[in-house]
Amino acid sequence: MDPKHPRDLVEDSLEMQIDAWRAHLRRSRAITAPDVEELEDHLRERIASLEDQGLSEDEAFLVAVKRIGAIDALTREFAREHSERLWKQLVLSGDAGYDGAEPVATYGSRTMWVALGLAVAAALAIKVPALFGIPFDPDQTLFYPINISFFTLPFIAAYFAWERPVPASSRAWVAAAFVLAAIVVNVFWAGTPADETADTLTLSILHLPLTLWLAVGVAYVGGHWRGSGRRMDFIRFTGELFIYFVLIALGGGVLIALTFALFQAIGLDLELFAQNWIVPCGVAGATVVAAWLVEAKQSVIENMAPVLARIFIPLFAVVLLAFVVTMAVTGRGIDVEREILILIDLLLVVVFGLLLYSISARDPLAPAGLFDWLQLTLVGTALLVDVLALWAIGSRISEFGFTPNRLAALGMNVVLLVNLAGSGFLLLRFLRGGRPFTRLWEWQMSYVYVLAAWAAVVAFLFPPLFGFE
Amino acid sequence: MSINKDLVAASSTPLVLAILGEGDSYGYAILQRVRELSGGELEWTDGMLYPVLHRLERSGLIESRWEKAETGRKRKYYGVTDAGREQLAEERRQWRTVDETLRKIWSSVAEFARSGMPVYLPQRS
Repeated sequence: MDPKHPRDLVEDSLEMQIDAWRAHLRRSRAITAPDVEELEDHLRERIASLEDQGLSEDEAFLVAVKRIGAIDALTREFAREHSERLWKQLVLSGDAGYDGAEPVATYGSRTMWVALGLAVAAALAIKVPALFGIPFDPDQTLFYPINISFFTLPFIAAYFAWERPVPASSRAWVAAAFVLAAIVVNVFWAGTPADETADTLTLSILHLPLTLWLAVGVAYVGGHWRGSGRRMDFIRFTGELFIYFVLIALGGGVLIALTFALFQAIGLDLELFAQNWIVPCGVAGATVVAAWLVEAKQSVIENMAPVLARIFIPLFAVVLLAFVVTMAVTGRGIDVEREILILIDLLLVVVFGLLLYSISARDPLAPAGLFDWLQLTLVGTALLVDVLALWAIGSRISEFGFTPNRLAALGMNVVLLVNLAGSGFLLLRFLRGGRPFTRLWEWQMSYVYVLAAWAAVVAFLFPPLFGFE
Repeated sequence: MSINKDLVAASSTPLVLAILGEGDSYGYAILQRVRELSGGELEWTDGMLYPVLHRLERSGLIESRWEKAETGRKRKYYGVTDAGREQLAEERRQWRTVDETLRKIWSSVAEFARSGMPVYLPQRS
């Protein structure tokens, strides 16, 4: 396989021919930049010697290329020898410089040290309240659950604020958002009697991170919040961060279990140490490290969230379809329990996530395909299940009464219902009416505000509205 | 005459080690030396030498360094390591055994072809 058609070669200079040949070689991941350099040296030597034998420049080039071997055969041979190069590596080794692949997360790079420094700072920060006598025990105080966002998210935001040019005004907004939120929820916390289980406080704990995550987003996009492209990047970042955090947490779990067992073997019980130090510091630190890793790997490794979404969309579609059909055939209605609303909310969250990450990876210009229909099926059946559940609950809701929990669950349900209904409508218009797919994209991006706003309402307005009960 | 592919592959390790044993060298020069030694009979596709070199380097038998060649370009030179020298001695023993064995059978075969008398009769047990 010659790099170019021989006729074109005559018109090019030797250097251009060599360039083209080199570019061809570089296309394979099995052949690295230094390898190409070595082969090029060989090629030039061969050309020089052939020219000495009386060949013209072009002839010499052709013969030399032929003698060095067909590029695909060469690639195959290199791939066999260096099979590890076919796996994309997130380079964390010291000797990354020569690869030509421009590793982003080079070990010992400045970004790494800043990220690690912030991770350590987060881990230390979560221990500061202990100095003031607040024990790390969720049974005794809700101080840590309610403040967990403030021990992790500002450090992630700080990393982005350092790493990219964020305008001063955006920095100020983000900082102000964190400070204000911290003051408000801690006033709630202080205002709630310690021995009472206040539902509104628990709701605050659950919804606060969702709102504050928007502040991290402002830092992430470097203040360029307008323009749905950057916002979509932030969504992608969120999904990957979640996956990385789960992976790190799994590893951390193994580490803690083994540490425990080892020290138990010599008769020492680490339970208190693990509870007071390893878990809180580990969680705080891991969040920042995960955020840095996701940023570092974004151009190196395939995004995982869309892959998972692709795997599970058909499966969830089948399960929901089977559920609806079973309901219709057997005539069984949904058994209205107190938890049914939460269950349905979780279902909608999963469907929403699957749809979001699936469209985040879809080429908006690609024509409609089978998978889009699958998505529509998933959204449609999820909506149907939700409506059936709401129908069943609706008759009994007055009987149960409007507690803050139920209202929050109902509100989330409505927010997600509207989102999925809109998505389903736009998907259908794309599939049947040939409207651009980007509409759906924009719809999801604008919905970020709605979600954050609802979360803010629950986190900040519910406690005073319901008298901190 | 073109040498069987398996033979070329099998002989590549001792050949490269031996040539580097004569002194540090680089890819193109190693190929030239192979050609010279074999009288042009042993032909490698030029590019295939490099994966072999990389394999030997990875197993610690040779080591490489970048230097400026007289042409002004960067060139990767290879030299044999102590482990490589040991490996070379080992290869030499093995190849000598193969060679001696084959030599004996060649002459025996030639004898049989000439005289019709088997030199060796298998014993029945």
